[in-house]
Amino acid sequence: MKRLPLLLLSGLVAVAFAACGGKQPETTPTPTGPNPDSLRAAQQAHDDSMKAAQEEADRRAQADAKRRQEIADSLAAMGRGTEAVKTLLATMIHFDYDKAIIRGGDAAVLDQKVAILQANPGLRIRISGHCDERGSDEYNLALGNRRATAAKQYVVSHGIDGSRIETVSYGEERPLAQGHDEEAWAQNRRDEFEILSGGESLKQP
Amino acid sequence: MRRLLLGLAVLSAGPTVRPSDAQDTSAIDRGVRIGIVYRPGVRPGMVVLPVHAPALDSARVILARDVDYSDRFELITLPGGDSIRVTAAAPGARPPAAGGAGRTGGGGAAAATTLNYPLYQALGADFAVAVAAGSGDSAIVTVHDVAAGGVRRELRARLPALKDPGFRLAIHQLADRVLEAALGVGGTAATRVLFVMDGKVYSIDQDGADQKLVSSSDHQAMSPAWAADGRRFSYMEFWQGHGRLFLQEVASGKRAPVATTGQALDFTPAFSPDGKTLAFSRATEEGTDLYTVNIKDGCCLQRLTVGRFYDNLSPTYSPDGQRIAFVSTRAGLPQIYVMAADGTDQQLFAPFDYGATGSSNAPEWSPDGQTVAFHRDVGGTLQVFVLDVRTRAVRQLTSVGRNEDPTWAPDSRHMAFVSDRSGYRQLWIIDVETGRIRPLLQKSGARLPAWSPRLPETASSTP
Repeated sequence: MKRLPLLLLSGLVAVAFAACGGKQPETTPTPTGPNPDSLRAAQQAHDDSMKAAQEEADRRAQADAKRRQEIADSLAAMGRGTEAVKTLLATMIHFDYDKAIIRGGDAAVLDQKVAILQANPGLRIRISGHCDERGSDEYNLALGNRRATAAKQYVVSHGIDGSRIETVSYGEERPLAQGHDEEAWAQNRRDEFEILSGGESLKQP
Repeated sequence: MRRLLLGLAVLSAGPTVRPSDAQDTSAIDRGVRIGIVYRPGVRPGMVVLPVHAPALDSARVILARDVDYSDRFELITLPGGDSIRVTAAAPGARPPAAGGAGRTGGGGAAAATTLNYPLYQALGADFAVAVAAGSGDSAIVTVHDVAAGGVRRELRARLPALKDPGFRLAIHQLADRVLEAALGVGGTAATRVLFVMDGKVYSIDQDGADQKLVSSSDHQAMSPAWAADGRRFSYMEFWQGHGRLFLQEVASGKRAPVATTGQALDFTPAFSPDGKTLAFSRATEEGTDLYTVNIKDGCCLQRLTVGRFYDNLSPTYSPDGQRIAFVSTRAGLPQIYVMAADGTDQQLFAPFDYGATGSSNAPEWSPDGQTVAFHRDVGGTLQVFVLDVRTRAVRQLTSVGRNEDPTWAPDSRHMAFVSDRSGYRQLWIIDVETGRIRPLLQKSGARLPAWSPRLPETASSTP
């Protein structure tokens, strides 16, 4: 802070010497104020960028609107959302071999079903448990039953009335994939969700 | 059936035998060796004699196959095959090869006017069986004791016409009587195996003939089970997610749902030996548990197990009706347990090493009560095991391919099971005593077999 007056002083001394230097240099005209051209250019640049931003925003808004419109249109085409909700509701969950424990990733799938059931109080569903072909045929009926029950318990524990959910087991009797490898088995170890009643018109959660 | 042969081999007893050689088993070519050789393959020989009437020849072929499939005889073919004309041997005539002169005797002189006992004996036959037409539509099967040179027993039975559905069963029953006459043991010829294929229940004769559809609806079916009298069976069908149990009469084909079933997933029915009770598994949101229902009066559902956090399923009665073996997951993986028929005194039946032994399932108590067959996961595939009820020792029966769902024949010696040893899953029959295996059905996808008891004659009118 102390240096600032000193700096100013030395500056003044320098100006005084220069003034004493005689004629002014012609090649370096002292700017008398902002250059009007550069101002105009800056203004222009600013206006342009503003305009571009506005256009971009408009374009985005339009795109958003268009996408929303498309979704709305497709939802409307699918019976005002009912079909979309049904698709969401029918999303299967899968299990590890000889296990009936809900996987971490599948909890989110079940959360969606909880939301759908909450948004549609008249909806009743059936959960069917399935197994791959490796285990014993009859034991798999019991295992499929555990899998269906596990999903029901999850949904009920999130506030859905148990009377709205029926559970069944098909064991390994109704495979989805016909192969005899892990890929097929993994697909077949599943819970399926189907609507029993109240599915005529479904609200989005 | 089996003979212990005392094999005494004197192998060039050389003069250079040193005492140390007696302990050196690698030097078996020196010295004297005495041993007992167990040869389970040595069985009494039986020749089923050719017949000349074409209709009876069909009967003879079926009967000969039944005898072969009993695995209790060495079936002997006459020189020249079945086409040989059996000529009457001159009394007292003996083929040059007849070595057992001491056994032949001269007692068969009278019967030898039609039968060549010395020839059969030379071929190694202990028994000769002849099929002949009786009066009317009856057939006479004569069991000859070759060594004694006479008739052991003469069996008569009504033989329905060739096209009659009862024709085959009548012959199978004659084959069982032949076994009874020759060895005094019961056969398994007059039996059928129920199984599931493409979601339907089928029936097939134990010799692989006469496959028939027996389930009568389009509903997917599982788990057929026989009543001990062979007149009824039960099975499960899926009805809109529920498992319904049905009782079906063999003779009429009529069926009716079991009382108290239909509102849950009921499966794996098992008849009590007296036919009054049906035990089954019921899956609910509490898990799977065992129940019984009185099928005589159609009432009185009784719960035998309370699992809550584990499952109990697949009941099978001991033949005296006092106990039920079943599958439980109470220790984690499914294993074989046993309890009194009223559900008390539940305990582990087939021992296992916790954390090491694989899942065990599908138990079936043998008709003689001595063993329980089941399958167990061994290294990711299933193998058939038998549990000795008295000692609780477990023995592995199969090792080739995947083998599952064993079911006992009424002789407690043969067993049908599902195996993919040939490349695809099909039904096979194993003789537990000799290890002989034959395919029952050359079709892929057949499973869950249930072997019948010896069938009563009225069952012959099965549609």
